[in-house]
Amino acid sequence: MIIRFEDWTDPVPPFEREVVSRLPEEEPTGKPPLLFVPGLGHGSWVWTNWLTQAAGRGFRAYAVTPRPGGDLRAHVHDVVQTAASLPRQAVLVGHGAGALTVAYALGRYPAKAAVLAAPVLDGWTTLGTALRANPFGTLPAVFGGRLGLNRRQLFGDKLPVERAAEYLERIDRVRPRRELITHKPAPDPVGAPPMLVVGSPDDRIVPRASLDRTAARYGGAPLLFPGMGHDLMLDEGWAEPIGAILDWLEKALLPGA
Amino acid sequence: MQSPPDIADRHDAVCVIGAGASGLAAIKNLREHGFAVDCYERETSVGGAWNWRHDRSPVYASTHLISSRPLTEFPDFPMPDSWPDYPHHSQVLSYLERYAAHFGLDDCIWFGTEVVSVVPAGEGRWDVTTQSTGGGSSRVQRYAGVVVANGHNWSPAEPAIEGEFRGGRVIHASAYKDPAMLRHRRVLVIGGGNSGCDIAVEAAQHADTVWHSTRRGYWYAPKYLFGRPADQVASRLLRWRLPLRTRQWLYRRTLALTTGDLTRYGLRKPDHQPYESHPIVNSQLAYYLGHGRITAVGDVTRFDGQSVELAGGKRIEPDLIITATGYAPRFEFLEPGLLDADADGRPDLHLHAFARKHPTLAVVGLLQPDAGLLPLAHWQSVAVARWLRLRAADPERATAVQQKESARPIRAWSRRQVVPTRRHWFEVDHVDYLRAVESLLREMETAT
Repeated sequence: MIIRFEDWTDPVPPFEREVVSRLPEEEPTGKPPLLFVPGLGHGSWVWTNWLTQAAGRGFRAYAVTPRPGGDLRAHVHDVVQTAASLPRQAVLVGHGAGALTVAYALGRYPAKAAVLAAPVLDGWTTLGTALRANPFGTLPAVFGGRLGLNRRQLFGDKLPVERAAEYLERIDRVRPRRELITHKPAPDPVGAPPMLVVGSPDDRIVPRASLDRTAARYGGAPLLFPGMGHDLMLDEGWAEPIGAILDWLEKALLPGA
Repeated sequence: MQSPPDIADRHDAVCVIGAGASGLAAIKNLREHGFAVDCYERETSVGGAWNWRHDRSPVYASTHLISSRPLTEFPDFPMPDSWPDYPHHSQVLSYLERYAAHFGLDDCIWFGTEVVSVVPAGEGRWDVTTQSTGGGSSRVQRYAGVVVANGHNWSPAEPAIEGEFRGGRVIHASAYKDPAMLRHRRVLVIGGGNSGCDIAVEAAQHADTVWHSTRRGYWYAPKYLFGRPADQVASRLLRWRLPLRTRQWLYRRTLALTTGDLTRYGLRKPDHQPYESHPIVNSQLAYYLGHGRITAVGDVTRFDGQSVELAGGKRIEPDLIITATGYAPRFEFLEPGLLDADADGRPDLHLHAFARKHPTLAVVGLLQPDAGLLPLAHWQSVAVARWLRLRAADPERATAVQQKESARPIRAWSRRQVVPTRRHWFEVDHVDYLRAVESLLREMETAT
C-alpha cells in the first residue's frame, strides 16, 4: 500500500513508550537486535526471561509496551517507531495479540526476520476457543467489558499454582477492541523477511488449526511445544521455545546459511 | 561477452551514483531485492544535499523542511514521532545517517570516489569509470545496471542579467549559509521560489534593507492551516478526491482568508491557477512585507555599476545580491542521449526515472513533488529494483511490461498543466505520481 492518506492527514500522536532491554556484555557482531511485543494485558515485563536468555546468546534484546488503550494502528505505529529507533535492522517477535501487531508492522517496516508466538491472527477462531475455555471471563469482553484470562488458558499444568497466581495478578484486565476480531488479513511483509510461527498444541486461546493456518500463510509449519499454555515466555519450560527461536534465527540469518 | 582485462566485471551488481537520500533508498531497496550494490559518493559521508559539510549542499543555518514530517519520511523508516512537524536540516541529516546505519548501507558505499563516466557496454551492461574525488588514477568496472541519484539541487542556475554589478557581491542562494553575512547590508533577493522567500525572510530579520524581486505573482501558502501543517490539510482534499477545479477554488478561498491579498504590498497577482506552479510555503513573507521590512519589486532588467535597474525603470542600490534562481540538473558523466535529454539538458524519462532506450539505466529522485521527496524516491527505487529483478528473471514478461508502460501518456503521471519554466520540468503531484508507480509495481507483481 503506497497511498497512505490516513498517515498523511492524521498522523498517530507521539507517545513515550516504555522500552526495556537486556544487552550482551560484549558488543555483538553481526547479530540483529530483537524487539519483543507483548499481547493483550501483558506488559514488557513478561519478556524478562526471554530477554535475558537472548542477551546471553549475544543478541541485543528489547521489549516495548504499545500504548495502553491504543487501537491496532497506534500499536503498529509504536512498534515501527521503536524498531526504527534501534541501531540495526531488527527482528520482531510478537506474542498473542502482540503477534497481530507485529504482523501488521511487517507491512510497514522491513524486519530482518519475524517470529509470531501463539499468534492471535484469526480472531473468530480465537474468540470461539476462549469462549469454550473460559466463558465467564470472555463473555463480558464480547460486550465491551474487560477480558478475564484464567490459569488454564495461559499456562500448562506444570507451572506451580502460586507462580501462576502471581502472573495472573500482574496481567491487566483490558477491554479488547472489536478490531481484534474484525480486522482485515495482515498485509504482506515488506522485504520478504524469514518468518517463524511458534505455539503449543495445548494452547487454549490459539488452537492448533489456527497455528497451522497462520504458519501456512507465511509459507511454513509451526514449531510446536506440547504441554505448554498460551504464555510460552512465562510457562514452565520457557527456555525451550526461546532457545529454538534463537537457533532458528542464527541459522536463517547468519552468512552462509 | 569477455570483458577486456583492465575492466573489472562486477557481474550482476548494480552501481548507484550518490549517497544522498535518494541514493541511500536505492541501495537499501536494491539490496532488499537481492542485488549486490556498489555506491560511489564524491563526498566522505552520506546525506548529499542535507549534509551541510558538503560542498554542494544548498542548506543554510536555519533551513527547515517545508513539507511536514509524515509527508517527508521514508515510508518504511519513520522519523521519530517526538520530532517537530517541520524538522531542521540537521535532524534530516541525522535521520539519513541513522537510516544508513540501521540498514548497514555503509559497507557498500565508496566514499570520496567520483563517477567520471558511464558508458553502455552492450547487452544492457555498463562500464563505470571512477576516480578519487578531485583526481587520481581511474578505474573501470562493469555493472548490470546503473541507478543515478546525483541530486538536482546542486548546480546553480544563474540568471541571465545584462550588465555588470560593482556595488558589492553577487552570490547564488546555494552559497548563502548564515545570516551573519546579511547584517548591515542592503540586500536584493532575486527569485520567488521557496529558497528566495526563505532568504528574503531571513534578510528581513537581519539586514538593513531588503528588496525581493519576483518575475510573476505566486500563491503563497502558509505553513499551518487550522492548527495543522498545511500539506496535511491539502492531503485531505486529495483523499476526498475533489476535482482539480474544486481544489483550486478552495485553495484560493483559503489563501484569501489566511494570507490575504498581497497585491497591496506591490506583489503581482498570480498569472496562473493554484497547483500550476511549485507550491511556495511561507508564513512569514507576508508578515515582513506588512512590516515594511521587505520591499517587493519586479523583474531585474539590468545591472549598472553601483545600481540595479528594475522593470519600469526604477533603480535601487543594494550591496549584496542573492540569486535564488534555482538549480539545473546535471549528469556530466552521462552522454545526454542516454537520458534522451534535449538541447536545454532536460531529460525525457519514463516516470522521470526510467531511461526510455536503456532498460538498465534509471534516475532516482529527479522529481519536484508537492510533498516530501523521500517517499517518492523510495517507491521509485523499489520499482527500479523490481524492474531489474523481473528483467533478469523473466525477460519476456519484462518486455511486455515495458511495452505497456511506454504506451502510458505522460499526463497520467505528471502534473497536467504547469507554468512552462525549467523550475517545473520535474513537477509532479505526489498522489498522482505514487498511483502511477503503484500500478507499475502491481503490474510487475502479477508478472512474477
